[in-house]
Amino acid sequence: MTTLLEAHDVSRSFGGLQALAGCSLLVERGSITGLIGPNGSGKTTLFNVITGYIKADTGRVSFEGKDITNARPNAVFALGIGRTFQMTRIFARISVVENMLVATQREESWLRGLTRSKSSKSELDNAMEWLDFVGLARLAHLPAGALSYGQRKLLELAYVLVADPDVILLDEPAGGVNLTLINEIGEKIRSLNAAGKTFLIVEHNMEFVMNLCDTVTVMHQGCNLVTGRPDEVRSNPLVLDAYLGGGDDEDVAEEMSNG
Amino acid sequence: MADAPFVRFEGVVAGYGGGDVLKGVNFDVAHGGVTCIVGPNGSGKSTLLKTVSGLVQPRLGTITFKGHNLVGMSPREILRLGVVQVPQNHSLFKEMTVEQNVELGAFLVKDKKVIAQRLRSIRETFPIVAERAHDKAGSLSGGQQRLVEFARCLMLEPELVVLDEPSMGLDPKTLHVMFGTIKMMNSLGRTVLLVEQNARQALKMSHHGVVLENGLVRLAGTGTDVLNNPDIAALYLGGSVSTRPAH
Amino acid sequence: MKLKQSAWWALALVVFALFPVVVTNPFYTTIGIFTVMYMSCATSWNMFSGYSGYVSLGTAIFFGCGAYTMALASIDWHVPGGAVQFWLVPLGGVVAMAIAVPLGAVALRVRRHTFVVITIAFFFVFQLAAINANFTGGPAGLSLALIPWQGNAYNTPFYYVALLILVFAVVLSALVRRSRFGLQLLAIRDDEDRALGLGVKVKAVKLTGYTMSSFTVGMAGALYAMFLGQIYPQFVFDPVFDVTVALMAFLGGFGTLLGPLVGGLILESSQQYLTATYSNGSLYLILFGALFLIVVLFMPQGIVVKVKEIWMKRSLKDADGVDGATPVAMAGSVKP
Ligand SMILES: Nc1ncnc2c1ncn2[C@@H]1O[C@H](COP(=O)(O)OP(=O)(O)OP(=O)(O)O)[C@@H](O)[C@H]1O
Ligand SMILES: Nc1ncnc2c1ncn2[C@@H]1O[C@H](COP(=O)(O)OP(=O)(O)O)[C@@H](O)[C@H]1O
Ligand SMILES: [Mg+2]
Ligand SMILES: [Mg+2]
Repeated sequence: MTTLLEAHDVSRSFGGLQALAGCSLLVERGSITGLIGPNGSGKTTLFNVITGYIKADTGRVSFEGKDITNARPNAVFALGIGRTFQMTRIFARISVVENMLVATQREESWLRGLTRSKSSKSELDNAMEWLDFVGLARLAHLPAGALSYGQRKLLELAYVLVADPDVILLDEPAGGVNLTLINEIGEKIRSLNAAGKTFLIVEHNMEFVMNLCDTVTVMHQGCNLVTGRPDEVRSNPLVLDAYLGGGDDEDVAEEMSNG
Repeated sequence: MADAPFVRFEGVVAGYGGGDVLKGVNFDVAHGGVTCIVGPNGSGKSTLLKTVSGLVQPRLGTITFKGHNLVGMSPREILRLGVVQVPQNHSLFKEMTVEQNVELGAFLVKDKKVIAQRLRSIRETFPIVAERAHDKAGSLSGGQQRLVEFARCLMLEPELVVLDEPSMGLDPKTLHVMFGTIKMMNSLGRTVLLVEQNARQALKMSHHGVVLENGLVRLAGTGTDVLNNPDIAALYLGGSVSTRPAH
Repeated sequence: MKLKQSAWWALALVVFALFPVVVTNPFYTTIGIFTVMYMSCATSWNMFSGYSGYVSLGTAIFFGCGAYTMALASIDWHVPGGAVQFWLVPLGGVVAMAIAVPLGAVALRVRRHTFVVITIAFFFVFQLAAINANFTGGPAGLSLALIPWQGNAYNTPFYYVALLILVFAVVLSALVRRSRFGLQLLAIRDDEDRALGLGVKVKAVKLTGYTMSSFTVGMAGALYAMFLGQIYPQFVFDPVFDVTVALMAFLGGFGTLLGPLVGGLILESSQQYLTATYSNGSLYLILFGALFLIVVLFMPQGIVVKVKEIWMKRSLKDADGVDGATPVAMAGSVKP
């Protein structure tokens, strides 16, 4: 396998707070890579650096061997890197299906937007298909601001998928989503992955992460702590200590054994 | 008190100006217990909690809390009765510091000493409140904000605690602390009504479970009743434990 | 539903088209001309500011530029007073657009709040320039050739050209709302950075919207100059115009198609009527102030949205016990 996306020794601080302190991450082409770590360990900040939403103080981000450090979000998206936000950022005052359509124009020049309608038949069908998958088809014509929290998360996921990027960065896609639907999303990710998409996923639902990912990187206090296969990671004492909680935690232990 | 339910929902119908989201909800919340509501996304769980705290006014039906009908009361009056809610969406004042946010939780308490004492114990349970006391709440990570929101509700010592997905976005270790705190609050006599998508763990620690589906109660029973119901497990809990594929 | 809607639009157009036929008193047709003119300005202001959320308070720049284009072109090119001058109306729009491009390129580099301030600053630069430059005739303004039309019919051609501009503005605004481009403007209004991250070329989209919206305003300005036959810098570059146009859109419904039309109709006709009847130039300012308060307090989303909400509530009450599958209308639904 070849490296598709790489963050190398990235640092970023906010005032006195070192959110990223020399963090490195490799995402192989065609993999599903997990990124886990305690609250505040810098996962979202790393996503923000990769996708151009914040600038790195030092360090390098590269995609297909090309340097994309501090590129603008639209440039990153144009390269084929799509992402979701942990704190959902949907367009609240346009309808759910219009939200989907905003995302379906990666290769289009802006001039074209003037002369064409909101959506072609095939775009609309495609959008509705994704909405149906996340269970929002019935609500397609509501303003997105009327969605419940979990539904917003699902919309956010759906409109990144409809944009059809090559690499998909998901920031806690399962948070607030119903368990059965989480499993379906997991299945979908797996089939998209089989069709060639690469995923980088931040998630606290261990069952989801451990079942799905090929490689897991654990972050802690802005650095990467451990990288390895899920089974290696989950038994690593460093990870147990920093993230999962000690072996005395029966709930977590049980979740793990179920996984 | 033992026989009269602590909170009773009777034929509650509510929505947001269009169609009804809740279509006649009936169930009781027992005094001194933990009641957990589960259900698919958009089934009306948050709406139901909002009717308790007065943020959504039911169109029909009654909600009785200790003999008072909450329908028609303002959120403030309901708060005074001892009902505190932690909403699902991020509700911190982003431009205020973490400490100011937490202190705001006690705006009904006049006694400075009580406030200081509660603040101290919160800092012990949730170190983030002390570590980031003077940072803007909006600069915290999602999970950290969730924790501060929860901490804020501990500043009042309410009789009924209403939590909308308290564990969302928390890492496993913190989630454990959170659930531990909920259990502790409950053992100190507080009645807890919560919604959770982390349903297995939540139902395990709950005395009562309620399944809400499309604005109606599909099943109400003990936590284990809900957990062990095969239909519910398949529909909303990600499959029953035994049928889930092994890794 | 769709059919019904277009029937209403057609009916409205017929009523507006018949207005000067039914009402021939020039006192009222003059009010009609100004009202239609302002409705078109509010509509095209809304086509950018309402859709994108970038509130501009420098609209009078384009109005003034259109007016001066008409005046200067007809003087310099010795265009005789009369119908020929109407051909210069689109030129007013084109000049306004040519000015909007550099202005927008600078002003749109910043976010909403700063944008408002910059547009105001630009406005005063233009007003000062018009007062002080030589080619604009300075504070004395410019006079156009007399138009040799007589009697009650004098107003009629102006009214129909104004109506044509209005139809153009409304159609353009509706087309934009339906296009991919309009969707991008709306996405920018809700979350510009998110839109950027989904590949929306926000800079180009904003600048295009800004420029397009200046065209109609420039045409309206040109028509205004021709209609009055005399322009003064302080009246064509008028800060009250900046505010009025925005207020019309807010009153009727910011970001909706119908809103600026309703707002323009109510505000401009009452303003013209009050000013003419009570010959007190500032009476309408008090009215505007009061209206503004009412809007902000009781219907922050404007008349159109408010009326729709009340309508929805009533139909819900009629059909009590409807199920949740009926579309939920809610606050914040801004759809024309
Ligand atoms: N402000 C609102 N305006 C209009 N409709 C709303 C609003 N909030 C929620 N709804 C609608 O009401 C229904 C129930 O929403 P609610 O927030 O109660 O769901 P929920 O069960 O809490 O879902 P989740 O698990 O996703 O949080 C949804 O279909 C949603 O679209
Ligand atoms: N814009 C910001 N300003 C200040 N501090 C921030 C900002 N964004 C993130 N941080 C801090 O950086 C740390 C890492 O945050 P984040 O990457 O969001 O964590 P997580 O791993 O939970 O996603 C946290 O301590 C957070 O408070
Ligand atoms: Mg995060
Ligand atoms: Mg909810």
